[in-house]
Amino acid sequence: MTNDLPARISAVIDQPQYEEAAEFPVERGYIWTSCASVENGNPLFWDEAVAAELTDGPIAAPSMLSTWLRPHHWAPHRDAPKLPLQIHFDLKEAFDLPEAVMTDNTLIFHEPVRPGDRITSCQRLRSVSAEKDTKLGIGRFWVIDVEYHNQGGDLVGVESWTGFGYRRKPS
Amino acid sequence: MIVTRALADVTVAETLPPLSYDVSATTVVAGALATRDWRPQHHDHHFATERNGMRDIFISAPNQAAWFERYITDWSGPAGRLGRMSFRMFDSICAGDTMVFTGSVSVVETDEQGCGWVGLEILLAVGDRTCTVCNARIALPTGADDNPWARHGERWQP
Repeated sequence: MTNDLPARISAVIDQPQYEEAAEFPVERGYIWTSCASVENGNPLFWDEAVAAELTDGPIAAPSMLSTWLRPHHWAPHRDAPKLPLQIHFDLKEAFDLPEAVMTDNTLIFHEPVRPGDRITSCQRLRSVSAEKDTKLGIGRFWVIDVEYHNQGGDLVGVESWTGFGYRRKPS
Repeated sequence: MIVTRALADVTVAETLPPLSYDVSATTVVAGALATRDWRPQHHDHHFATERNGMRDIFISAPNQAAWFERYITDWSGPAGRLGRMSFRMFDSICAGDTMVFTGSVSVVETDEQGCGWVGLEILLAVGDRTCTVCNARIALPTGADDNPWARHGERWQP
């Protein structure tokens, strides 16, 4: 249901927003850091011969899709932290909802991401619910898609997030 | 010789070996760092407990995706290529929890391009609490000459 939405929110549904390039190229160090964090010993990421045989060389773990577009916590040209999934934070502000959680995540994997790739992304707000009363508080659910492409324009993945922005009920 | 699971090795309703893991603060922080998730509920105990009302810092959603990938490819072997993964989070997994992954095969099929697919239903639980439910679709080799990773364009329909 979106008919109770402010016009400025309705106007951006399904529209591409925040088209941006990653702040750094895909690198193997981060791939290994990710695998180490979950003790993923898949030889595809650790063994050059396996990677050469199966994927014509090293690739990133597919679930790392969003990693490449998450901004540095600090950068010299910024005076405030940059946030990933900016639409999520825009909606929190637009509806004055101080708290938020992510409830659902869908990842669809297309062309493999490879070391050296420069990934770009584009966010789209797909829907915003009417106000809901949940055990967490009163708020709204929203769905945001993020498309990821490599420097050659190939689609490497699509991610969909469902978020719930809410205000806690007085205890 | 790469040891991997082939489509013919899989049957509907077969179960994946469970994975049990004791989550420490280091697990949570290492996962947050690896996914570049700087939100304080994934590294700051006081923020997580006092602002979020949680028991402790908890595993981030992108890091849960990495755990699901690890769980699935431990079973499939390196030739298994994930097509999609969708998960719903009902409760958080905090430092100090023992999380347990269990899974079963829901679908075995071949698409119009000749790509072999397995559907998986995975539960991530802490004690008797189901924290996350994940549905995944992974391509497995249909024969000795099939490599799902070699599929591109129209031949890859995730």
